[in-house]
Amino acid sequence: MINGIPLYWYLIVSAALFCIGLYGVMARKNVIAVIMGVELMLNAVNINLIAFWRYITPTSISGITFAAFIFVVAAAEAAVGLALIISIYRNTRSVDPEKIDSMKL
Amino acid sequence: MSRELLGTLTWLAPLPPLLSFAVIVLFTNRYRQISSAIAVVAMLTSCVLSFVVFFNAVGIGNLGEDPIRGIAYSFIPTAGSTFNIGVAVDPLGATFMFMVPLACSLIFIYSTSYMASDPLYTRFFAFLSLFGGAMMGLVVSDNLLSLFVFWELMGFCSYALIGFFYRKPSAYKAAVKAFMTTRVGDMLLLLGIVYLYTQTGTLNFFDVLHNAKVLETLAATPAVLGLGISAAGLIAILIFGGTVGKSAQFPLHVWLPDAMEGPTPVSAMIHAATMVSAGIFLLLRFFPLLQVGGPDNTAFMVVGLIGAITALLGATIAVAQYDIKRVLAFSTISQLGFMVAAIGIGAYGAAVFHLLSHAFFKALLFMGSGSVIHGVEHGHEHVAHAHGDEHGHAEELDHDHGAETASAAPAFDPQDMRNMGGLRKRMPITFYTFLAGGLALAGFPFITAGFWSKDEILADAFHGLSTGSLISTIVFIVLAFSALLTAFYTARQISMTFLGEARTEAAANATESAPAMTFPLIVLAVFAIFFGFVNVPKDFPVLGALFGPAAGWLKSFISTQLVELQAFKEEAQVFNAIPLLTSLVVALGGLGLGWLVYGQKPLKAGQTDPVEKLGGLFTFLHNRWYFDELYRVIFIKPLQAIADNYSRVIDKGVIDWALEGLYKLGVGIAGALKEFDRVIITGGSDLIGNTVRSIGREGRELQSGQVQNYLLSALIAAVVLMVFFLVLAQ
Repeated sequence: MINGIPLYWYLIVSAALFCIGLYGVMARKNVIAVIMGVELMLNAVNINLIAFWRYITPTSISGITFAAFIFVVAAAEAAVGLALIISIYRNTRSVDPEKIDSMKL
Repeated sequence: MSRELLGTLTWLAPLPPLLSFAVIVLFTNRYRQISSAIAVVAMLTSCVLSFVVFFNAVGIGNLGEDPIRGIAYSFIPTAGSTFNIGVAVDPLGATFMFMVPLACSLIFIYSTSYMASDPLYTRFFAFLSLFGGAMMGLVVSDNLLSLFVFWELMGFCSYALIGFFYRKPSAYKAAVKAFMTTRVGDMLLLLGIVYLYTQTGTLNFFDVLHNAKVLETLAATPAVLGLGISAAGLIAILIFGGTVGKSAQFPLHVWLPDAMEGPTPVSAMIHAATMVSAGIFLLLRFFPLLQVGGPDNTAFMVVGLIGAITALLGATIAVAQYDIKRVLAFSTISQLGFMVAAIGIGAYGAAVFHLLSHAFFKALLFMGSGSVIHGVEHGHEHVAHAHGDEHGHAEELDHDHGAETASAAPAFDPQDMRNMGGLRKRMPITFYTFLAGGLALAGFPFITAGFWSKDEILADAFHGLSTGSLISTIVFIVLAFSALLTAFYTARQISMTFLGEARTEAAANATESAPAMTFPLIVLAVFAIFFGFVNVPKDFPVLGALFGPAAGWLKSFISTQLVELQAFKEEAQVFNAIPLLTSLVVALGGLGLGWLVYGQKPLKAGQTDPVEKLGGLFTFLHNRWYFDELYRVIFIKPLQAIADNYSRVIDKGVIDWALEGLYKLGVGIAGALKEFDRVIITGGSDLIGNTVRSIGREGRELQSGQVQNYLLSALIAAVVLMVFFLVLAQ
């Protein structure tokens, strides 16, 4: 089965997923959707990692380890991000990223 | 007394007045009595020191060959040579050390009373001290360099004192005139000094003038510029230029009458003790330079002619003056002419004699005239006061007079002899002393000093005449005529001033002056009468025998001064009756004529002076031969024209033009620098600033605070990197 599907297919899927995520991050007018885009991009990276691990270095565990770390980080990030969003929403009554420019000093 | 001690005393003699000047100027200038006391005491100290030196010097037999010398100090030592500044007393200097401090002391005493009401009393005494000190310094100098320094110091003092009433325009103009006129002579003198130095390498009198070898070398050297005379002659003539300026000889005599603008004691100082005597003194010092050329050489001719012209000029002008001091001023010019003429004919001893006797009687006459002016002014104030106030507090005015008040009332001239008359009864002491001085000036026979000294000159001139000397002949005739005029104007002056009835109320109310003023008059009157007896000729009938060995003392004392020269041998003179008769005739004739015209029938108030009947000649003489006008036309006007042209062409045309060019160049450079500043420096730094600012402004846009924009930037960067690595780096 593994020989049936070549590596580049996974990479294409991963790239597509990354681009969808990127688009979400860049273009959505809702911060929650932006965070979702970020999740998609992280998962696209995970697909890449797993695919490379499985096809190129199946004996080493570094690929799985990276992926596991990214899951953890993504979960933590989602939790923190959502908390931030709630906080911002409470202050500004808005979740539109274009209206949030308090990072401008 | 030892010679060393005498030398030291000679050093000390000029110091007290100079110190007194310093003390008055620096410390006591606010205390009138103390200042005048210091000045008088200093002058008297100097007088005592000088007398000690003089009376010791008289006792030294060979003083001429071996003078008293003080220690010499080197002044400005340079590699090759030094100037040694020292003091010396030879017979000539010794006689001056008698006359100068004596006359100065009397003038100082007189001034304490005469100037008593002047607000600038202390200043007056300061300058007077400096004046006296400078003259003393000049007399004891043993070299031409320090002599010249004192000479110029006197020039300055005369300037300061003639212009003492500096608020009066005529006074400061006279001061400037005196200074500028004597300057012309001083320039010549300086040239003479330089020429002497280049020829001999020394300025010491004794190295040059008492050294026959040096003198004869100088006489053998032809002068520069091919003038056709010897170096000795040229130096003598140049130095004589200094005398012409200082002693007011024709053609530089014009300053002396105007110097009357100073206070009367200053006039006495200038006319008797210091200024004009200094000029003659210098010429007497340099007599050997004249002498070495032989009788009738060019230098002698020049000196003799100038002297004769001056004597005649002064005497003629004095006849037609009304101002009492101006008459005396012109008589001084005339008498100085006598002395210079005497030197011009080689009559050395006679010149010294006349200078000394003249100093005494002219100081007397000036102070006498000051006393008269004082008295008349006093009378004028008395009258003015009595008219203004019936109760009359005229006595209180005693201490409120002086020349300052005179200048305040120009309507009445207390110096005009027409405003006087009859003062004989009002001012007896002044009258009799003035009479003594006047008779001495006129040369009244046998009993006045002036007779003996003038007779001596005429006798020497006649002696020259009999040996066929041209200059002696001229001098004899001119001087005899001048002496006649002298006697005449003296008689006129005395008659107009003292005889007859008072012509103004001021003269009628004149009062005798204070003792401080009359005392010096009495002392000087004694000298004016008796001084002549120091030099009665040995072979004079009766009197010569009467004086025995003392006869002709001054002449024999002074003549040891001169070295024996090949070219000039004075032969023993035998007594000749003709010059004696001449001097008797001119003196008595002049006085008699004056008596006939003025004395017998004294002028009444409002009557015109008989000399005015001379018409055009009177106007000519009264206006002093139009010398001032002539000089104005030939010197002052062209000089002014040159100055104006100079200011227009050189100053404005060249110097101003060049300066303006420089100014414009500067402005141009500054403008260019300004542009450079503006464009490069300012522009450059602005550019940097602006660039940084605009970069900042642009860069600021990147930080929108919107997270999506940041991500877009990151994306672009990633794409760029990707393209770079994938495409370009392959």
